[in-house]
Amino acid sequence: MSTNNSQNDSFVTRAYQWVNERYKIDALVDYMSHKAVPIHKHSAFYYLGGISLFLFIVQVVTGILLLMYYRPGADSAYESVQFIISTVSFGWLVRAVHSWSANLMILAAFLHMFTVFFTYAYRRPRELTWLSGMGLLGLAMAFGFSGYLLPWNELAYFATRVGTGMAGALPVIGDELLVIMRGGEEVTGATIGRFFGLHVAILPGLFTVLLSVHLIFVQRQGMSEPIEWTEKPESEKKYQKFFPNFLLKDLLVWLIVLNILAVLAVLFPDGIGVMHWPLGVKADPFAPPPAVIRPEWYFMFAFQALKFLPAHILFIEGELFGIIVFSIGGLIWALIPFFDRKSHTGKKPKLVFWFGVLVVVFIIVMTILGYILE
Amino acid sequence: MKNNIIIWMVAGLVAFAVSALAQDNNCLTCHQDFEDEDGPAHKIVRDIHYQKGLLCNDCHGGDPTLEDMDDVRNSKGYHGVPSHFEVPKFCASCHSNARYMHEHNPSLPTDQFDKYKTSKHGQLLFGKKDTKVANCVSCHSVHEIGDAKMPHSSTHPLNVAKTCGKCHADPDYMAEYNIPTTQVQDYLESVHGKALNEDHDLGAPTCNDCHGNHGAAPPGVGSLAAVCGNCHAFQAELFNRSPHKEAFVENDFPMCETCHSNHNIKKPTDEMVGAEEPAVCVRCHESGDGTKGLETAAAMAESIKELVSVRDEAKAVLANAQQKGMMTTDEEFALKDVEQILIQTRTLVHSFNKDEVVVKAKEGLEKAKIVEEKSTSLIDEYFFRRKGLIISSLFITILAIGLYFKIRKLK
Amino acid sequence: MAKKKTSRRGFLEFILGGSAVATLGSIVYPIVKYITPPKVAEAKLSQLKLSFTREDIAAEPKKAKYFKYGRELGIIFITEDGEMKALSATCTHLDCTVQHRPDLGIIWCACHNGRYDHDGKNISGPPPRPLFQFDINEVDGTIFVSKKEVS
Repeated sequence: MSTNNSQNDSFVTRAYQWVNERYKIDALVDYMSHKAVPIHKHSAFYYLGGISLFLFIVQVVTGILLLMYYRPGADSAYESVQFIISTVSFGWLVRAVHSWSANLMILAAFLHMFTVFFTYAYRRPRELTWLSGMGLLGLAMAFGFSGYLLPWNELAYFATRVGTGMAGALPVIGDELLVIMRGGEEVTGATIGRFFGLHVAILPGLFTVLLSVHLIFVQRQGMSEPIEWTEKPESEKKYQKFFPNFLLKDLLVWLIVLNILAVLAVLFPDGIGVMHWPLGVKADPFAPPPAVIRPEWYFMFAFQALKFLPAHILFIEGELFGIIVFSIGGLIWALIPFFDRKSHTGKKPKLVFWFGVLVVVFIIVMTILGYILE
Repeated sequence: MKNNIIIWMVAGLVAFAVSALAQDNNCLTCHQDFEDEDGPAHKIVRDIHYQKGLLCNDCHGGDPTLEDMDDVRNSKGYHGVPSHFEVPKFCASCHSNARYMHEHNPSLPTDQFDKYKTSKHGQLLFGKKDTKVANCVSCHSVHEIGDAKMPHSSTHPLNVAKTCGKCHADPDYMAEYNIPTTQVQDYLESVHGKALNEDHDLGAPTCNDCHGNHGAAPPGVGSLAAVCGNCHAFQAELFNRSPHKEAFVENDFPMCETCHSNHNIKKPTDEMVGAEEPAVCVRCHESGDGTKGLETAAAMAESIKELVSVRDEAKAVLANAQQKGMMTTDEEFALKDVEQILIQTRTLVHSFNKDEVVVKAKEGLEKAKIVEEKSTSLIDEYFFRRKGLIISSLFITILAIGLYFKIRKLK
Repeated sequence: MAKKKTSRRGFLEFILGGSAVATLGSIVYPIVKYITPPKVAEAKLSQLKLSFTREDIAAEPKKAKYFKYGRELGIIFITEDGEMKALSATCTHLDCTVQHRPDLGIIWCACHNGRYDHDGKNISGPPPRPLFQFDINEVDGTIFVSKKEVS
């Protein structure tokens, strides 16, 4: 009977056994199936990290594909992107998916961050998970900023000139930093080389390392339980298995995201609304800047806030003042698990909550104003 | 500190210069006082002569340092306002003096007076002592004389029609000369007038570009092709080697004007060519008149019509593809080529040789068809993308639903 | 009963497997198509390699040939002195295509008798602006044209 059974074993089962004999995956599966994911009214938040991860994978795949035809340089970047869109089969699709996925990834990561923040999931013992997550978000935004310039079109050129110009406002290191970022005094072909290297080599390397760390932390500690559960008896807590239940649900969400991505990419290959990336005309450093210089939507709040500042505040330049305030704000935000000494005891930290509300309202108001006032 | 000293020194110098000038030119001191804002003493500051350093007395004579007006009138060389008849000679005393002009503006011609004498205006003035005709100041103004490149100048291309029209568009004033007075209005409605006044295309001709300026006269019948040919060189070249040239000369037809009229030249339409009204060909040609006129006209009209319709079709398909958001850079480029060929085909009509027109039109037809084909395939591609999306999306949805049921079963 | 259950389960497995393969297919198909090189294997660059040589230009009756540079049309010609020059071929007046007139030693627009010198400077007629001049690089008989990079 048993021999019969083993003959009937599917190819998958036999392959699994083959690998298992050598690498002992049983232990891993065992570990994962003992892992439990809490079930509560905010369980849906657990999928946001997975969505960000999925979109990152899409970015890697489409990014590698784009690399096959993209050629950095002032006299080839624009032409090669145009070539990808117009001549390469499905090139338009690959570019559209890459652009959509980039924007949705940042969106998902932002939502992931805010849901973690307002459920206080960063609290002890997950301080480092939060910190590595902040690092990943920073890298993702750097990805966005560096990738924006690569088509070398008018839109990107002027946005990059303004963006790098802001870095130039920093005290002491500003001028040096500007020259290093631009590869010279001006945004030129040299800048493309730098941004390209950053976008396809340096950032992916750093991102992969930090992402691995982030995921290992999550796997070791499991999902954070709601803060209300601290006082709850074990019997009232509900869980589901991580493997296969939660993982399959994750997969289901990924499929839905993939479907949305496909629809958006085909119907709006150039994006729509605030997520818009028409190739347009080639960058011309001597052309007058277009009427609307617009950063990507996730930089809009910072861009707009800096525009609001007067020329001078307390003897320092307004722009510099803004950058200092943003840096301090960002630092507090990143170090919030260390400031918040209350939530791990099960009490909700009021101050942290209102700080979060302030930040969210500020970002939303500034973003909306940015689009209304342009 | 050092800068301040320099500034004070410069300011002092300027003050000194101004006071010295005021003493030298008492004319303005008084005349600006009692004249209106548009009086000569006010206008003169915009005048090129004044700007180049000439003062009132350089034209009107007299001693400008005197303070009493009566004293000025009696002073040496005072000759006041020259009469209408005297003006040309008066201006010519400097402007025809090559040596004098060389010192002030070496690039300015000095033959204006000679040309003026050949003009209709000059002939009437000197021949018939007719003082109603234009002299120098009628066109150049009296005290606001400007370089033709200056926008306020009455001889700037944008102002010329108005300047000529002061007399030529006034039926009462022109009554005794027995010439039409609708030229300015006609011109303003013409393709040239619109190009100049509405599109501000300074390359477009105004009155003096065809009639001459100082030697203004209607172009002779024979010289018309040459006048138009200044800009429409290729048309003139084609026309001159066409059978029409000889026939027009024989019949005393005014060349280009025969078909295009003169002042009110409208943008030519394709209907102007053909064997039926409203084509201009039928004004002279009729069937059985012993020429191949109507046959040629019909063939040329047919070729152009076909090219236009195929071009329009291609354009419409291309616009459709564009509107669907497809990349159409190459097709747009190819369409531009078709437009060029269409212009060339239309121009070739002036050869009045149907073979030349037909061959050119064929070339355009082929290119236009390629544009249409490529644009059509772009539209197909657009629908292919949507179909592909529907199919893939369906697969993903089925997989998602299957997975959903699988998850439900796990419990 | 048991049999029914297995068949239903088999059906679900079938759907799952089938649609998984189909989904994978709709991802892999575009990718395979994408990595298949297109007819023109690489993007045309700002530095454009012309498909003809100096001899080909000299053999033309008007000693000039046209080339396509991005969205623009260019003209490359050989002057009396044997110098090769390239200009934008679109007249700055009303967008007609200009031509080389070796007999007059100028670049000429037939539409309104606009004239440019060999460096593209508008010298007479209606054109309001000069023609753009391209840089020419001749390497082993191959001509490359590019836009002047000002930096």
